[in-house]
Amino acid sequence: MTVTVSKPNTAWTSYSDWANRHRKWLFAAPAMIIVGLLIIIPLAWTLYLSATDAEGSVRADHDFVGLANYLQVLTDTTRFWPAVGRTFYFTIGALVLELVFGMCIALLLWRPFRGERWVRVAILLPLVATPVAVGMMWRLIFDPNIGFANQLLGYVGIPPQPWLSGEATALPTLIFVDVWQWTPMVVLILLAGLTSLSDEPDEAARIDGASNWQRFWYVTLPLLRSTVIVAILLRSIDALKTFDILYATKGKGGGSFHEVETLNVYAYGLSFDYNDYGVASAVLIIFFLLIIAMMWLVTYRRKGKEQ
Amino acid sequence: MTSLATGAETRNLGSPPPTPRRRRRRGYSTFRAVALAVIVIVFVAPLLWMLLSSFKTNVDIYDAAKTFTFSPTLSNYGNVLGRDNYFSFVFNSFWVAFCSTGLSLIIGVPAAYSMSRFVMHRSAMVVLLARIIPGVSLLVPWYFIFANLRLVGGFSVLIISHIFVALPLIVYIMMSFFDSLPTELEESAQVDGLTPIGAFTRITLPLSVPGIATSGILAFIFSWNNFMFALVLSGADTKTLPVAIFNFVSYASIDWGGLMAAAVIVTVPIMVIALFTQKYIVSGLTAGATKG
Repeated sequence: MTVTVSKPNTAWTSYSDWANRHRKWLFAAPAMIIVGLLIIIPLAWTLYLSATDAEGSVRADHDFVGLANYLQVLTDTTRFWPAVGRTFYFTIGALVLELVFGMCIALLLWRPFRGERWVRVAILLPLVATPVAVGMMWRLIFDPNIGFANQLLGYVGIPPQPWLSGEATALPTLIFVDVWQWTPMVVLILLAGLTSLSDEPDEAARIDGASNWQRFWYVTLPLLRSTVIVAILLRSIDALKTFDILYATKGKGGGSFHEVETLNVYAYGLSFDYNDYGVASAVLIIFFLLIIAMMWLVTYRRKGKEQ
Repeated sequence: MTSLATGAETRNLGSPPPTPRRRRRRGYSTFRAVALAVIVIVFVAPLLWMLLSSFKTNVDIYDAAKTFTFSPTLSNYGNVLGRDNYFSFVFNSFWVAFCSTGLSLIIGVPAAYSMSRFVMHRSAMVVLLARIIPGVSLLVPWYFIFANLRLVGGFSVLIISHIFVALPLIVYIMMSFFDSLPTELEESAQVDGLTPIGAFTRITLPLSVPGIATSGILAFIFSWNNFMFALVLSGADTKTLPVAIFNFVSYASIDWGGLMAAAVIVTVPIMVIALFTQKYIVSGLTAGATKG
């Protein structure tokens, strides 16, 4: 026998019953539909465009060319492969420096001290600053003629450097800018991880006579592994996609010699500066697969280790 | 001796004999103070340089002798706000960030609640995919779809594209918030006769105000700072601040003083917000970092 609760059987209550029973999807669906529509249709379209010779306007006539765009992109050693190289150079360079500096600063901030509040405010400021404005700010500081960077070098007797305008120095300079802006993010994440650790393993290691370095390397760091992986994931996603500071400081094509042209800047240029949609779409699909592969690698490695 | 050591002492460096240990500790705290000072200078000095330059005339910016001694002027701000009409860009940025954050909260908070309570990890991945996917790969189709709908250049298309930035952030932060929120209260509310949705709106939502504040502030900042979507999708009347600053240098020669004033105008509001909501921003940025 089922027990029925007597309720006034109006349209409202039956609607409310229905809503309560289906609340799981009622709540989740709008967000998923919006994101899904904004991703799936465009991605399908990009996939389609990558197999055509669309140019100028996507509404103009275009022909199906199969995998010709992919072939052209993958055999392009003047723009595509250097861009891949720069993307990895930038991402890995920035990521490694941010992790090393981030860990050092997090360890310095770990234990309470006077004036802690102010140091925390100081490291938060670069993090929230608008990247385009940050790019412009460093553009002035690194200006070869009037910038403060060369003035500073002059005080200690080092000859002026070309910084952002040098073919070889532009990308390292931009790695520096990225490190300046995003190391605080790594610091905050690692600090959250450090403060959640219990003191006991560290105590035990010290009683056993471990040195500071041994305690960090064999006790703290392994306990912090999952936090470090989160930091790596979040930073590498954003570093791979870096666009704002590159485009704000070097403009179209990543400078006159394409010296800072990463995959994202290359794809943007093909799409909106040259309207070469077919090739651009092929680059984007490859770029997208690359990012997914890297994310999968990082998360898969984590799962594998935990088992 | 060692048994007398307080917790604070044992926390620092530890090597057995007391005297060298104290010396080493003093050495470390000096090193630490110097290191912290260097860190503060490295992170803050460039921003101060930007602020300083925004009060200089272009002649003074080009003069190395006037690096620190110059007569400050407000003419750059006058130019940027008056001649270049930056007030309207400030409004555009604010309006787009405000609307996209508000709408994303309305859509995202219930979604995060559902995904957390019913452990919908695959569905969450769909939303978080928006965080991973490079924006350029969506921009060409978006541009043509929205151009066909005659929306490009209007506010609605900017707000939609910024929802795409704000929504995954809000869902991510709110999911980890709801994960850590105990279910007992809403369960007892249901025992007392509230419907599940009633329990959500009357019990869970009021308890979630800190989480909503955290995710809302961060979403606002990310929308305010977004450059690429507005670069393609905004029109002359809906240009946001980052795009306006970028266009500043497309003119023949760079007006450094004006550029720095414009950069100050875009960064200062967000930094003031950050100063007052520091606690929320930090908890939002580190959400989910310690669960593994």
